[in-house]
Amino acid sequence: MKEWPLWEVFIRSKHGLAHKHVGSIHAADATMAVENARDVYTRRNEGASIWVVRSENIVSSAPGDKEILFDPSDDKVYRHPTFYEVPDEIENM
Amino acid sequence: MYSQFVDTGSDRVLSSEELEGLERAFQERIDDEITIEPRDWMPEKYRETLVRQISQHAHSEIVGMLPEGNWITRAPNLRRKLILLAKVQDEAGHGLYLYSAAETLGVSREELIDALHAGKAKYSSIFNYPTPTWADIGCIGWLVDGAAIVNQIPLCRCSYGPYARAMVRVCKEESFHQRQGYEIMLDLCRGTDEQRRMAQDAFNRWWWPCLMMFGPADGASVHSQQSMAWKIKRHTNDDLRQRFIDQTVPQAEHLGLSIPDPDLKWNEEQGHYDYGEIDWNEFWQVLKGNGPCNRERLEARRNAYEDGAWVREAARVHAEKRARREREAA
Repeated sequence: MKEWPLWEVFIRSKHGLAHKHVGSIHAADATMAVENARDVYTRRNEGASIWVVRSENIVSSAPGDKEILFDPSDDKVYRHPTFYEVPDEIENM
Repeated sequence: MYSQFVDTGSDRVLSSEELEGLERAFQERIDDEITIEPRDWMPEKYRETLVRQISQHAHSEIVGMLPEGNWITRAPNLRRKLILLAKVQDEAGHGLYLYSAAETLGVSREELIDALHAGKAKYSSIFNYPTPTWADIGCIGWLVDGAAIVNQIPLCRCSYGPYARAMVRVCKEESFHQRQGYEIMLDLCRGTDEQRRMAQDAFNRWWWPCLMMFGPADGASVHSQQSMAWKIKRHTNDDLRQRFIDQTVPQAEHLGLSIPDPDLKWNEEQGHYDYGEIDWNEFWQVLKGNGPCNRERLEARRNAYEDGAWVREAARVHAEKRARREREAA
């Protein structure tokens, strides 16, 4: 018998925070995926909102591309506020 | 423990200097405490070991619902019934977090469950013992979940990210399980003589099987050493067992229960309790399928799965039909 498809589950733990990946769930359709995610991942007020998305629809970067993607930002220290000199007399900046 | 004997497929543990190429880079990442994620390269044996361990752990959570489920309709009052229902529901949740972690390693849920039902995959020996009295439910929460906590806390730092994260979630929930069990024992031990006898009787039956939960002494085992080199495992079985004994004995004394081990005594020099010989023959027998409830547990799981097959099938066909209609209408 064919298995129910796999869904990735994202939970917003409270208002003002972003949804965060918590795990996956099997469900026949989207409605059931939300219901199952609620039962499995929010038994203790962990959630204010749930997103589910079919696992096969997630597009991700390849681990092997880590350097190509992320190393270029290593040498751009001027993107951080601590790079700049602020005179001691200036208190709030 | 929940995975008591995990074959790593290794004959000898190689240090990172003896490894080459990808394997060496992998071991160096592990040595540097860098978490391994699903799409990272990993040695096939690491992957297989994790599938074995995580699925054993998941199966234990699911089979573990049976001995307690036995008491849901017979809990002594509504408060206890609500608590037990919530606890058993948590165990189902734990099983699902773990299956979900195992599936990130490229195995399907169905394969894992088929392996359990075919008797190929193991689950913890502890769930093959019966629960004839209400005090057994107290002992499971207090001792079995207590032992699970001792085992699972180090697993929160396991080198494989999805497993470690599932364990963090499980550990947060497990503490309630242990306390509700201890509270059942407290009530019984503060009760009538008959209730105290019931508590002592259950404790006598659970003590040794709980010590077996940590698995055989493994200091010299190549599988244990390999799991430790890969940082899937952080402590030896004996270390964890000792930790459990040291923390549990005072809890038993507080209840006024006597420990069913004449050799148990505090060792001032070591700062630990000494304890008697564990009956490893019993452990291997239960692991091989000859425990008091092995057949009953597997049969209950198989029946539940087979009896629910039509529901899964109907839901799938219905969802496919609706999706097809939506496509046609568009």
